[in-house]
Amino acid sequence: MRLLKDALASKVMLVLTFFPGLVVFLIIIGLYLRGRPILAEKPLFSLLFSSSWAPGRGDFGFFPFIMGTLWVTAVALIVAVPISLLASIYLSEYAPRAVQEFIRPMIDLLAGLPSVIYGVWGVLLIVPLVARIAPFFGGTSSGYSILAGGLVLAIMIFPTIIYVSLEVISSIPYELREASLSLGATKWETVKHVVLKKGLQGIIAAIVLGLSRALGETMAVLMVVGNIPKVPQSVFDGGYPLPALIANNYGEMMSVPLYDSALMLAAGVLLVIVLVFNVLARIILVRVERRAG
Amino acid sequence: MRQSLAPRNLRRRKIEENFFRVLMAGSVLIVIACLGLIVGTIIWKGLPALSLSMITQTPKGGYYLGREGGILNAIVGSLYLASGATLLAVLFSLPIVLFINVYARKTSRLATWTRFSFDVLWGVPSIVYGAFGFILMVFMGLRASLLAGIITVALLELPIMSRAMDEVIRLVPPELLEASYSLGATKLETALKVVVRQSLPGILTAILIAFGRGIGDAASVLFTAGFTDRLPTSLFQPAATLPLAIFFQLGTPFPEVQARAYASAALLTAIILLVSLLARGLIKKYTKHLT
Repeated sequence: MRLLKDALASKVMLVLTFFPGLVVFLIIIGLYLRGRPILAEKPLFSLLFSSSWAPGRGDFGFFPFIMGTLWVTAVALIVAVPISLLASIYLSEYAPRAVQEFIRPMIDLLAGLPSVIYGVWGVLLIVPLVARIAPFFGGTSSGYSILAGGLVLAIMIFPTIIYVSLEVISSIPYELREASLSLGATKWETVKHVVLKKGLQGIIAAIVLGLSRALGETMAVLMVVGNIPKVPQSVFDGGYPLPALIANNYGEMMSVPLYDSALMLAAGVLLVIVLVFNVLARIILVRVERRAG
Repeated sequence: MRQSLAPRNLRRRKIEENFFRVLMAGSVLIVIACLGLIVGTIIWKGLPALSLSMITQTPKGGYYLGREGGILNAIVGSLYLASGATLLAVLFSLPIVLFINVYARKTSRLATWTRFSFDVLWGVPSIVYGAFGFILMVFMGLRASLLAGIITVALLELPIMSRAMDEVIRLVPPELLEASYSLGATKLETALKVVVRQSLPGILTAILIAFGRGIGDAASVLFTAGFTDRLPTSLFQPAATLPLAIFFQLGTPFPEVQARAYASAALLTAIILLVSLLARGLIKKYTKHLT
Protein backbone atom coordinates (compact mmCIF):
# COMPACT_ATOMS: atom_id res chain seq x y z
CA MET A 1 0.00 0.00 0.00
CA ARG A 2 2.72 2.45 0.97
CA LEU A 3 4.79 1.36 -1.97
CA LEU A 4 1.83 1.84 -4.24
CA LYS A 5 1.31 5.35 -2.92
CA ASP A 6 4.96 6.05 -3.45
CA ALA A 7 4.91 4.77 -7.01
CA LEU A 8 1.79 6.76 -7.79
CA ALA A 9 3.24 9.94 -6.31
CA SER A 10 6.41 9.47 -8.25
CA LYS A 11 4.47 9.20 -11.52
CA VAL A 12 2.40 12.30 -10.77
CA MET A 13 5.47 14.27 -9.82
CA LEU A 14 7.33 13.14 -12.90
CA VAL A 15 4.49 14.38 -15.09
CA LEU A 16 4.41 17.68 -13.21
CA THR A 17 8.14 18.07 -13.66
CA PHE A 18 7.69 18.30 -17.38
CA PHE A 19 5.32 21.20 -16.80
CA PRO A 20 7.79 24.12 -16.70
CA GLY A 21 9.45 23.04 -19.91
CA LEU A 22 6.04 22.59 -21.45
CA VAL A 23 4.98 26.10 -20.44
CA VAL A 24 8.00 27.59 -22.20
CA PHE A 25 6.96 25.80 -25.37
CA LEU A 26 3.29 26.61 -25.01
CA ILE A 27 3.98 30.31 -24.63
CA ILE A 28 6.10 30.40 -27.76
CA ILE A 29 3.66 28.29 -29.77
CA GLY A 30 0.62 30.19 -28.51
CA LEU A 31 2.08 33.56 -29.42
CA TYR A 32 3.22 32.25 -32.78
CA LEU A 33 -0.19 30.84 -33.65
CA ARG A 34 -1.93 34.07 -32.72
CA GLY A 35 0.64 36.11 -34.59
CA ARG A 36 0.40 34.03 -37.74
CA PRO A 37 -2.56 35.79 -39.38
CA ILE A 38 -0.57 38.97 -39.74
CA LEU A 39 2.54 37.14 -40.87
CA ALA A 40 0.42 35.66 -43.65
CA GLU A 41 -0.35 39.15 -44.93
CA LYS A 42 2.98 40.86 -44.44
CA PRO A 43 6.53 39.56 -44.26
CA LEU A 44 8.18 39.81 -40.85
CA PHE A 45 10.92 42.01 -42.25
CA SER A 46 8.58 44.76 -43.38
CA LEU A 47 6.67 44.61 -40.11
CA LEU A 48 9.84 45.06 -38.10
CA PHE A 49 11.29 47.89 -40.17
CA SER A 50 8.28 49.90 -41.25
CA SER A 51 7.62 53.11 -39.34
CA SER A 52 4.00 53.46 -40.30
CA TRP A 53 1.65 52.62 -37.45
CA ALA A 54 -2.03 52.97 -38.37
CA PRO A 55 -3.94 49.88 -37.29
CA GLY A 56 -7.17 51.32 -38.72
CA ARG A 57 -5.64 51.27 -42.22
CA GLY A 58 -3.94 47.97 -41.64
CA ASP A 59 -0.46 49.43 -41.25
CA PHE A 60 1.51 47.74 -38.51
CA GLY A 61 5.09 48.98 -38.49
CA PHE A 62 6.92 48.04 -35.31
CA PHE A 63 10.01 50.12 -36.03
CA PRO A 64 9.16 53.13 -33.80
CA PHE A 65 8.38 50.78 -30.93
CA ILE A 66 11.55 48.76 -31.37
CA MET A 67 13.54 51.99 -31.41
CA GLY A 68 11.64 53.19 -28.34
CA THR A 69 12.59 50.00 -26.52
CA LEU A 70 16.23 50.30 -27.57
CA TRP A 71 16.52 53.96 -26.54
CA VAL A 72 14.98 53.42 -23.12
CA THR A 73 17.07 50.32 -22.50
CA ALA A 74 20.25 52.07 -23.61
CA VAL A 75 19.66 54.99 -21.24
CA ALA A 76 18.91 52.56 -18.43
CA LEU A 77 22.10 50.59 -19.04
CA ILE A 78 24.29 53.68 -19.30
CA VAL A 79 23.03 54.81 -15.91
CA ALA A 80 22.72 51.45 -14.19
CA VAL A 81 25.86 49.59 -15.25
CA PRO A 82 28.53 51.84 -13.70
CA ILE A 83 26.54 52.49 -10.54
CA SER A 84 25.64 48.86 -9.93
CA LEU A 85 29.12 47.57 -10.71
CA LEU A 86 30.80 50.10 -8.45
CA ALA A 87 28.26 49.36 -5.74
CA SER A 88 28.77 45.63 -5.95
CA ILE A 89 32.56 45.96 -5.88
CA TYR A 90 32.24 48.17 -2.82
CA LEU A 91 29.92 45.70 -1.12
CA SER A 92 32.09 42.68 -1.80
CA GLU A 93 35.60 44.12 -1.43
CA TYR A 94 35.42 47.15 0.83
CA ALA A 95 32.32 47.20 2.97
CA PRO A 96 32.56 45.78 6.48
CA ARG A 97 30.26 42.86 7.19
CA ALA A 98 27.84 44.96 9.19
CA VAL A 99 27.34 47.36 6.28
CA GLN A 100 26.83 44.45 3.90
CA GLU A 101 24.20 42.94 6.12
CA PHE A 102 22.51 46.29 6.44
CA ILE A 103 22.38 46.94 2.71
CA ARG A 104 21.43 43.53 1.36
CA PRO A 105 17.84 43.60 2.64
CA MET A 106 17.45 47.04 1.11
CA ILE A 107 18.47 45.78 -2.30
CA ASP A 108 16.08 42.87 -1.77
CA LEU A 109 13.34 45.36 -1.14
CA LEU A 110 14.25 47.42 -4.19
CA ALA A 111 13.91 44.24 -6.24
CA GLY A 112 10.58 43.42 -4.65
CA LEU A 113 8.84 46.75 -5.23
CA PRO A 114 6.11 46.37 -7.85
CA SER A 115 6.67 48.13 -11.14
CA VAL A 116 3.58 50.32 -10.78
CA ILE A 117 5.12 51.74 -7.62
CA TYR A 118 8.19 52.70 -9.62
CA GLY A 119 5.80 54.17 -12.16
CA VAL A 120 3.95 56.33 -9.63
CA TRP A 121 7.23 57.52 -8.23
CA GLY A 122 8.49 58.30 -11.72
CA VAL A 123 5.39 60.36 -12.47
CA LEU A 124 5.69 62.25 -9.19
CA LEU A 125 9.42 62.89 -9.16
CA ILE A 126 11.36 61.96 -12.29
CA VAL A 127 8.97 63.37 -14.88
CA PRO A 128 8.87 66.89 -13.36
CA LEU A 129 12.63 66.71 -12.88
CA VAL A 130 13.21 65.90 -16.54
CA ALA A 131 10.85 68.68 -17.61
CA ARG A 132 12.83 71.04 -15.39
CA ILE A 133 16.27 70.13 -16.69
CA ALA A 134 15.41 69.80 -20.38
CA PRO A 135 15.81 73.57 -21.10
CA PHE A 136 19.41 73.45 -19.85
CA PHE A 137 20.19 71.07 -22.66
CA GLY A 138 18.49 73.27 -25.22
CA GLY A 139 15.29 71.30 -25.50
CA THR A 140 11.81 71.41 -24.15
CA SER A 141 10.10 68.40 -22.74
CA SER A 142 6.88 67.56 -21.02
CA GLY A 143 8.99 65.30 -18.87
CA TYR A 144 7.28 62.19 -20.18
CA SER A 145 10.30 61.06 -22.11
CA ILE A 146 12.89 58.44 -22.96
CA LEU A 147 15.11 59.91 -20.26
CA ALA A 148 12.43 59.54 -17.57
CA GLY A 149 11.73 55.97 -18.68
CA GLY A 150 15.42 55.13 -18.76
CA LEU A 151 16.08 56.56 -15.30
CA VAL A 152 13.21 54.66 -13.70
CA LEU A 153 14.28 51.52 -15.51
CA ALA A 154 17.87 51.95 -14.38
CA ILE A 155 16.80 51.87 -10.75
CA MET A 156 14.70 48.79 -11.42
CA ILE A 157 17.65 46.83 -12.80
CA PHE A 158 20.12 47.85 -10.06
CA PRO A 159 19.23 44.79 -7.97
CA THR A 160 19.60 42.32 -10.84
CA ILE A 161 23.05 43.55 -11.85
CA ILE A 162 24.25 43.99 -8.27
CA TYR A 163 23.11 40.52 -7.18
CA VAL A 164 24.56 38.60 -10.08
CA SER A 165 27.87 40.45 -10.04
CA LEU A 166 28.14 40.02 -6.26
CA GLU A 167 27.77 36.30 -6.78
CA VAL A 168 30.33 36.26 -9.56
CA ILE A 169 32.82 38.33 -7.58
CA SER A 170 32.45 36.17 -4.50
CA SER A 171 33.28 33.08 -6.53
CA ILE A 172 36.76 34.44 -7.27
CA PRO A 173 39.23 32.69 -4.98
CA TYR A 174 40.51 34.84 -2.17
CA GLU A 175 44.10 33.70 -2.67
CA LEU A 176 44.26 35.55 -5.96
CA ARG A 177 43.50 38.82 -4.22
CA GLU A 178 46.00 38.11 -1.49
CA ALA A 179 48.67 37.39 -4.05
CA SER A 180 48.06 40.72 -5.68
CA LEU A 181 47.94 42.60 -2.40
CA SER A 182 51.14 40.98 -1.22
CA LEU A 183 52.87 42.24 -4.35
CA GLY A 184 52.15 45.73 -3.12
CA ALA A 185 49.11 46.51 -5.20
CA THR A 186 46.54 48.80 -3.67
CA LYS A 187 43.06 47.49 -3.13
CA TRP A 188 41.69 49.24 -6.17
CA GLU A 189 44.53 47.93 -8.32
CA THR A 190 43.73 44.45 -7.10
CA VAL A 191 40.12 44.99 -8.07
CA LYS A 192 41.12 46.36 -11.45
CA HIS A 193 43.66 43.73 -12.39
CA VAL A 194 42.42 40.65 -10.56
CA VAL A 195 38.75 40.85 -9.66
CA LEU A 196 37.45 42.59 -12.77
CA LYS A 197 39.65 40.57 -15.08
CA LYS A 198 38.71 37.24 -13.53
CA GLY A 199 35.06 38.12 -13.20
CA LEU A 200 34.66 39.81 -16.56
CA GLN A 201 32.58 37.06 -18.16
CA GLY A 202 30.28 36.81 -15.19
CA ILE A 203 29.90 40.57 -15.00
CA ILE A 204 28.93 40.64 -18.65
CA ALA A 205 26.33 38.00 -17.86
CA ALA A 206 25.05 40.17 -15.03
CA ILE A 207 24.69 43.11 -17.39
CA VAL A 208 22.95 40.98 -19.99
CA LEU A 209 20.46 39.76 -17.37
CA GLY A 210 19.83 43.36 -16.40
CA LEU A 211 19.39 44.20 -20.06
CA SER A 212 16.82 41.50 -20.65
CA ARG A 213 14.96 42.59 -17.55
CA ALA A 214 14.92 46.13 -18.93
CA LEU A 215 13.68 45.05 -22.35
CA GLY A 216 10.58 43.42 -20.95
CA GLU A 217 9.67 45.88 -18.23
CA THR A 218 6.25 47.29 -18.94
CA MET A 219 4.21 49.27 -16.48
CA ALA A 220 6.78 51.59 -14.93
CA VAL A 221 8.13 52.63 -18.30
CA LEU A 222 4.68 52.92 -19.83
CA MET A 223 3.67 55.40 -17.14
CA VAL A 224 6.53 57.84 -17.70
CA VAL A 225 7.70 57.46 -21.28
CA GLY A 226 5.03 59.45 -23.07
CA ASN A 227 3.81 56.78 -25.50
CA ILE A 228 4.31 58.62 -28.77
CA PRO A 229 4.58 56.23 -31.73
CA LYS A 230 7.49 58.01 -33.39
CA VAL A 231 11.15 57.17 -33.63
CA PRO A 232 12.69 59.31 -30.87
CA GLN A 233 15.35 61.86 -31.85
CA SER A 234 16.65 62.75 -28.40
CA VAL A 235 16.34 61.51 -24.83
CA PHE A 236 13.93 64.35 -24.11
CA ASP A 237 11.47 63.08 -26.73
CA GLY A 238 8.67 60.78 -25.80
CA GLY A 239 8.93 57.19 -26.96
CA TYR A 240 6.77 54.13 -27.13
CA PRO A 241 8.49 50.85 -26.18
CA LEU A 242 7.17 47.51 -27.37
CA PRO A 243 5.82 46.27 -24.00
CA ALA A 244 3.95 49.54 -23.53
CA LEU A 245 2.35 49.10 -26.95
CA ILE A 246 1.06 45.68 -26.00
CA ALA A 247 -0.23 46.83 -22.63
CA ASN A 248 -1.87 50.01 -23.85
CA ASN A 249 -3.94 48.60 -26.67
CA TYR A 250 -5.46 45.45 -25.33
CA GLY A 251 -8.79 47.25 -25.09
CA GLU A 252 -9.14 48.09 -28.76
CA MET A 253 -7.35 45.16 -30.24
CA MET A 254 -10.39 42.99 -30.68
CA SER A 255 -12.29 45.57 -32.75
CA VAL A 256 -9.70 46.22 -35.48
CA PRO A 257 -8.85 43.36 -37.83
CA LEU A 258 -5.38 41.89 -37.38
CA TYR A 259 -4.72 44.23 -34.44
CA ASP A 260 -4.67 41.46 -31.86
CA SER A 261 -2.53 39.37 -34.15
CA ALA A 262 -0.03 42.24 -34.48
CA LEU A 263 0.13 42.70 -30.71
CA MET A 264 0.60 39.00 -30.05
CA LEU A 265 3.34 38.96 -32.65
CA ALA A 266 4.92 41.91 -30.86
CA ALA A 267 4.78 39.92 -27.62
CA GLY A 268 6.36 36.99 -29.44
CA VAL A 269 9.18 39.11 -30.83
CA LEU A 270 9.79 40.58 -27.39
CA LEU A 271 9.83 37.12 -25.84
CA VAL A 272 12.31 35.75 -28.34
CA ILE A 273 14.71 38.68 -27.88
CA VAL A 274 14.50 38.47 -24.10
CA LEU A 275 14.93 34.69 -24.11
CA VAL A 276 18.00 34.81 -26.33
CA PHE A 277 19.69 37.27 -23.97
CA ASN A 278 18.60 35.28 -20.95
CA VAL A 279 19.81 31.95 -22.18
CA LEU A 280 23.09 33.54 -23.23
CA ALA A 281 23.62 34.99 -19.77
CA ARG A 282 22.72 31.69 -18.08
CA ILE A 283 25.14 29.75 -20.23
CA ILE A 284 27.95 32.15 -19.35
CA LEU A 285 27.03 31.93 -15.67
CA VAL A 286 26.97 28.13 -15.68
CA ARG A 287 30.43 28.13 -17.26
CA VAL A 288 31.74 30.61 -14.71
CA GLU A 289 30.29 28.54 -11.89
CA ARG A 290 31.77 25.34 -13.19
CA ARG A 291 35.19 26.90 -13.45
CA ALA A 292 34.96 28.22 -9.92
CA GLY A 293 33.61 24.98 -8.47
CA MET B 1 52.77 42.40 -13.02
CA ARG B 2 52.18 45.84 -14.46
CA GLN B 3 54.02 49.11 -14.30
CA SER B 4 51.28 50.51 -12.14
CA LEU B 5 52.30 48.10 -9.45
CA ALA B 6 55.80 49.55 -9.22
CA PRO B 7 56.25 51.86 -6.22
CA ARG B 8 57.21 54.60 -8.65
CA ASN B 9 54.17 56.75 -8.26
CA LEU B 10 52.84 56.07 -4.85
CA ARG B 11 50.99 59.33 -4.43
CA ARG B 12 49.12 59.01 -7.69
CA ARG B 13 48.15 55.47 -6.85
CA LYS B 14 46.87 56.51 -3.46
CA ILE B 15 44.79 59.22 -5.07
CA GLU B 16 43.39 56.74 -7.57
CA GLU B 17 42.53 54.36 -4.76
CA ASN B 18 40.70 57.04 -2.82
CA PHE B 19 38.97 58.40 -5.89
CA PHE B 20 37.44 55.03 -6.70
CA ARG B 21 36.65 54.31 -3.09
CA VAL B 22 34.58 57.50 -2.93
CA LEU B 23 32.96 56.68 -6.26
CA MET B 24 32.00 53.21 -5.07
CA ALA B 25 30.66 54.33 -1.72
CA GLY B 26 28.74 57.00 -3.61
CA SER B 27 27.17 54.38 -5.86
CA VAL B 28 25.97 52.40 -2.88
CA LEU B 29 24.53 55.59 -1.45
CA ILE B 30 22.71 56.31 -4.71
CA VAL B 31 21.12 52.87 -4.69
CA ILE B 32 19.99 53.24 -1.08
CA ALA B 33 18.84 56.82 -1.66
CA CYS B 34 16.66 55.66 -4.57
CA LEU B 35 14.94 53.16 -2.32
CA GLY B 36 14.46 55.81 0.35
CA LEU B 37 13.12 58.31 -2.16
CA ILE B 38 10.67 55.85 -3.67
CA VAL B 39 9.26 54.57 -0.40
CA GLY B 40 9.31 58.07 1.06
CA THR B 41 7.45 59.63 -1.86
CA ILE B 42 4.81 56.91 -1.92
CA ILE B 43 4.17 57.22 1.80
CA TRP B 44 4.21 61.02 1.73
CA LYS B 45 1.58 61.04 -1.02
CA GLY B 46 -0.38 58.02 0.08
CA LEU B 47 -0.63 58.38 3.82
CA PRO B 48 -2.86 61.48 3.77
CA ALA B 49 -5.13 59.70 1.29
CA LEU B 50 -5.54 56.63 3.46
CA SER B 51 -8.61 56.82 5.64
CA LEU B 52 -11.04 54.37 7.08
CA SER B 53 -13.61 55.04 4.36
CA MET B 54 -10.89 54.62 1.74
CA ILE B 55 -10.25 51.03 2.72
CA THR B 56 -13.79 50.03 3.61
CA GLN B 57 -15.75 51.34 0.61
CA THR B 58 -15.87 50.53 -3.04
CA PRO B 59 -15.63 53.45 -5.49
CA LYS B 60 -18.91 55.24 -6.14
CA GLY B 61 -19.94 56.46 -9.56
CA GLY B 62 -17.29 54.62 -11.52
CA TYR B 63 -13.64 54.17 -10.58
CA TYR B 64 -12.42 56.62 -13.19
CA LEU B 65 -14.88 59.49 -12.71
CA GLY B 66 -16.64 58.98 -9.39
CA ARG B 67 -15.18 61.16 -6.69
CA GLU B 68 -16.39 59.23 -3.69
CA GLY B 69 -15.71 55.89 -2.17
CA GLY B 70 -12.55 53.93 -1.64
CA ILE B 71 -10.47 51.05 -2.88
CA LEU B 72 -12.04 48.09 -1.13
CA ASN B 73 -12.71 46.48 -4.53
CA ALA B 74 -8.99 46.50 -5.33
CA ILE B 75 -7.91 45.34 -1.89
CA VAL B 76 -10.26 42.37 -1.88
CA GLY B 77 -9.58 41.58 -5.54
CA SER B 78 -5.82 41.64 -5.05
CA LEU B 79 -5.95 39.44 -1.96
CA TYR B 80 -8.20 36.89 -3.68
CA LEU B 81 -6.11 36.91 -6.81
CA ALA B 82 -2.70 36.69 -5.17
CA SER B 83 -3.82 34.05 -2.66
CA GLY B 84 -5.43 31.92 -5.34
CA ALA B 85 -2.45 32.23 -7.63
CA THR B 86 0.01 31.45 -4.84
CA LEU B 87 -1.98 28.39 -3.83
CA LEU B 88 -2.07 27.14 -7.41
CA ALA B 89 1.64 27.81 -7.82
CA VAL B 90 2.44 25.85 -4.63
CA LEU B 91 0.47 22.88 -5.93
CA PHE B 92 2.76 22.74 -8.93
CA SER B 93 6.09 23.92 -7.66
CA LEU B 94 6.37 21.93 -4.42
CA PRO B 95 5.95 18.51 -6.10
CA ILE B 96 8.30 19.51 -8.93
CA VAL B 97 11.02 20.72 -6.59
CA LEU B 98 10.62 17.66 -4.36
CA PHE B 99 10.82 15.43 -7.39
CA ILE B 100 14.02 16.88 -8.76
CA ASN B 101 15.64 16.77 -5.33
CA VAL B 102 14.37 13.49 -3.86
CA TYR B 103 13.40 11.23 -6.74
CA ALA B 104 15.69 12.34 -9.51
CA ARG B 105 19.37 12.46 -8.72
CA LYS B 106 20.40 16.03 -8.01
CA THR B 107 22.65 16.20 -11.00
CA SER B 108 20.46 14.21 -13.37
CA ARG B 109 19.63 15.57 -16.77
CA LEU B 110 15.97 15.98 -15.89
CA ALA B 111 16.81 18.05 -12.83
CA THR B 112 19.22 20.22 -14.79
CA TRP B 113 16.68 20.81 -17.53
CA THR B 114 13.93 21.62 -15.10
CA ARG B 115 16.13 24.14 -13.33
CA PHE B 116 17.04 25.59 -16.67
CA SER B 117 13.40 25.97 -17.70
CA PHE B 118 12.67 27.70 -14.42
CA ASP B 119 15.51 30.09 -15.18
CA VAL B 120 14.08 30.71 -18.62
CA LEU B 121 10.56 31.20 -17.27
CA TRP B 122 11.93 33.54 -14.64
CA GLY B 123 13.19 35.79 -17.40
CA VAL B 124 9.91 35.94 -19.32
CA PRO B 125 8.53 39.49 -18.99
CA SER B 126 5.23 39.76 -17.17
CA ILE B 127 3.56 41.41 -20.16
CA VAL B 128 4.28 38.23 -22.12
CA TYR B 129 2.63 36.19 -19.36
CA GLY B 130 -0.27 38.59 -19.73
CA ALA B 131 -0.49 38.02 -23.46
CA PHE B 132 -0.17 34.27 -23.03
CA GLY B 133 -2.76 34.28 -20.26
CA PHE B 134 -5.06 36.13 -22.62
CA ILE B 135 -4.57 33.52 -25.34
CA LEU B 136 -5.16 30.74 -22.82
CA MET B 137 -8.26 32.50 -21.57
CA VAL B 138 -9.76 32.86 -25.05
CA PHE B 139 -8.81 29.26 -25.79
CA MET B 140 -10.62 28.00 -22.70
CA GLY B 141 -13.64 30.16 -23.48
CA LEU B 142 -13.25 32.31 -20.40
CA ARG B 143 -13.78 36.05 -20.13
CA ALA B 144 -11.56 38.41 -18.18
CA SER B 145 -12.16 37.07 -14.69
CA LEU B 146 -10.67 36.27 -11.33
CA LEU B 147 -9.97 32.73 -12.53
CA ALA B 148 -8.11 33.83 -15.66
CA GLY B 149 -6.10 36.27 -13.55
CA ILE B 150 -5.28 33.57 -11.00
CA ILE B 151 -4.01 31.20 -13.69
CA THR B 152 -1.85 33.88 -15.30
CA VAL B 153 -0.36 35.12 -12.04
CA ALA B 154 0.25 31.52 -10.94
CA LEU B 155 2.32 31.00 -14.08
CA LEU B 156 4.25 34.16 -13.28
CA GLU B 157 4.86 33.03 -9.69
CA LEU B 158 5.81 29.46 -10.54
CA PRO B 159 9.47 30.03 -11.48
CA ILE B 160 10.04 32.55 -8.68
CA MET B 161 8.64 30.19 -6.06
CA SER B 162 10.30 27.06 -7.44
CA ARG B 163 13.75 28.59 -7.65
CA ALA B 164 13.50 29.87 -4.10
CA MET B 165 12.24 26.48 -2.84
CA ASP B 166 14.90 24.60 -4.78
CA GLU B 167 17.59 26.70 -3.15
CA VAL B 168 16.58 25.61 0.36
CA ILE B 169 15.59 22.03 -0.40
CA ARG B 170 18.93 21.47 -2.10
CA LEU B 171 20.60 22.22 1.20
CA VAL B 172 18.94 19.31 3.02
CA PRO B 173 21.85 16.99 3.78
CA PRO B 174 21.71 13.68 1.86
CA GLU B 175 22.56 11.81 5.07
CA LEU B 176 19.17 12.81 6.40
CA LEU B 177 17.46 11.19 3.42
CA GLU B 178 19.53 8.06 3.79
CA ALA B 179 18.73 7.81 7.48
CA SER B 180 15.06 8.00 6.59
CA TYR B 181 15.34 5.32 3.89
CA SER B 182 17.23 3.01 6.18
CA LEU B 183 14.35 3.18 8.62
CA GLY B 184 12.17 1.80 5.86
CA ALA B 185 10.46 5.00 4.76
CA THR B 186 9.48 5.33 1.13
CA LYS B 187 10.67 8.26 -0.93
CA LEU B 188 7.28 9.94 -0.67
CA GLU B 189 7.28 9.67 3.11
CA THR B 190 10.82 10.95 3.22
CA ALA B 191 9.97 13.87 0.96
CA LEU B 192 6.92 14.94 2.93
CA LYS B 193 7.98 14.16 6.48
CA VAL B 194 11.69 14.78 6.40
CA VAL B 195 12.55 17.12 3.56
CA VAL B 196 9.53 19.39 3.83
CA ARG B 197 9.73 19.56 7.60
CA GLN B 198 13.42 20.25 7.56
CA SER B 199 13.10 23.11 5.10
CA LEU B 200 9.69 24.42 6.10
CA PRO B 201 10.78 28.00 6.96
CA GLY B 202 12.57 28.22 3.62
CA ILE B 203 9.54 26.90 1.78
CA LEU B 204 7.31 29.43 3.51
CA THR B 205 9.76 32.18 2.57
CA ALA B 206 9.59 31.08 -1.06
CA ILE B 207 5.80 31.19 -0.90
CA LEU B 208 5.87 34.68 0.61
CA ILE B 209 8.29 35.98 -2.01
CA ALA B 210 6.06 34.64 -4.76
CA PHE B 211 2.98 36.11 -3.11
CA GLY B 212 4.67 39.51 -2.98
CA ARG B 213 5.54 39.30 -6.63
CA GLY B 214 2.04 38.18 -7.55
CA ILE B 215 0.18 40.86 -5.66
CA GLY B 216 2.31 43.61 -7.16
CA ASP B 217 2.27 42.62 -10.79
CA ALA B 218 0.12 44.68 -13.09
CA ALA B 219 1.06 43.75 -16.65
CA SER B 220 -0.03 40.14 -16.30
CA VAL B 221 -3.50 40.93 -14.94
CA LEU B 222 -4.16 43.79 -17.32
CA PHE B 223 -5.52 41.45 -19.99
CA THR B 224 -6.85 38.71 -17.81
CA ALA B 225 -8.44 39.86 -14.57
CA GLY B 226 -10.40 42.85 -15.87
CA PHE B 227 -11.36 45.69 -13.58
CA THR B 228 -14.56 46.43 -11.77
CA ASP B 229 -16.01 48.60 -9.04
CA ARG B 230 -17.70 45.68 -7.40
CA LEU B 231 -16.38 42.93 -5.19
CA PRO B 232 -16.02 39.63 -6.99
CA THR B 233 -18.36 36.94 -5.73
CA SER B 234 -17.30 34.12 -8.01
CA LEU B 235 -14.24 32.95 -9.89
CA PHE B 236 -15.84 33.90 -13.17
CA GLN B 237 -16.34 37.56 -12.39
CA PRO B 238 -13.76 40.22 -13.17
CA ALA B 239 -11.77 41.49 -10.22
CA ALA B 240 -10.07 44.79 -9.49
CA THR B 241 -6.46 44.73 -8.30
CA LEU B 242 -4.32 47.24 -6.43
CA PRO B 243 -1.68 47.68 -9.15
CA LEU B 244 -4.33 48.35 -11.77
CA ALA B 245 -6.20 50.62 -9.37
CA ILE B 246 -3.03 52.69 -9.25
CA PHE B 247 -2.49 52.58 -12.98
CA PHE B 248 -6.04 53.46 -14.00
CA GLN B 249 -6.76 56.09 -11.38
CA LEU B 250 -3.50 58.01 -11.49
CA GLY B 251 -4.28 59.50 -14.87
CA THR B 252 -7.61 61.16 -14.08
CA PRO B 253 -7.99 64.90 -13.73
CA PHE B 254 -9.83 64.65 -10.40
CA PRO B 255 -7.71 64.90 -7.26
CA GLU B 256 -10.19 62.74 -5.36
CA VAL B 257 -9.71 59.90 -7.81
CA GLN B 258 -5.94 60.38 -7.84
CA ALA B 259 -6.04 60.13 -4.07
CA ARG B 260 -7.39 56.63 -4.53
CA ALA B 261 -4.37 55.78 -6.65
CA TYR B 262 -1.97 57.17 -4.04
CA ALA B 263 -3.78 55.31 -1.27
CA SER B 264 -3.54 52.09 -3.29
CA ALA B 265 0.16 52.69 -3.87
CA ALA B 266 0.83 53.24 -0.17
CA LEU B 267 -1.17 50.16 0.74
CA LEU B 268 0.55 48.00 -1.84
CA THR B 269 3.96 49.19 -0.67
CA ALA B 270 2.97 48.43 2.91
CA ILE B 271 1.92 44.91 1.93
CA ILE B 272 5.22 44.35 0.10
CA LEU B 273 7.19 45.67 3.08
CA LEU B 274 5.26 43.42 5.43
CA VAL B 275 5.73 40.36 3.24
CA SER B 276 9.46 40.91 2.88
CA LEU B 277 9.87 41.52 6.61
CA LEU B 278 8.07 38.24 7.30
CA ALA B 279 10.23 36.44 4.76
CA ARG B 280 13.35 37.91 6.31
CA GLY B 281 12.26 36.84 9.77
CA LEU B 282 11.73 33.30 8.53
CA ILE B 283 15.15 33.19 6.89
CA LYS B 284 16.74 34.31 10.15
CA LYS B 285 14.94 31.60 12.03
CA TYR B 286 15.89 29.06 9.44
CA THR B 287 19.59 29.82 9.49
CA LYS B 288 19.58 29.71 13.26
CA HIS B 289 17.93 26.33 13.03
CA LEU B 290 20.64 25.05 10.72
CA THR B 291 23.64 25.93 12.82
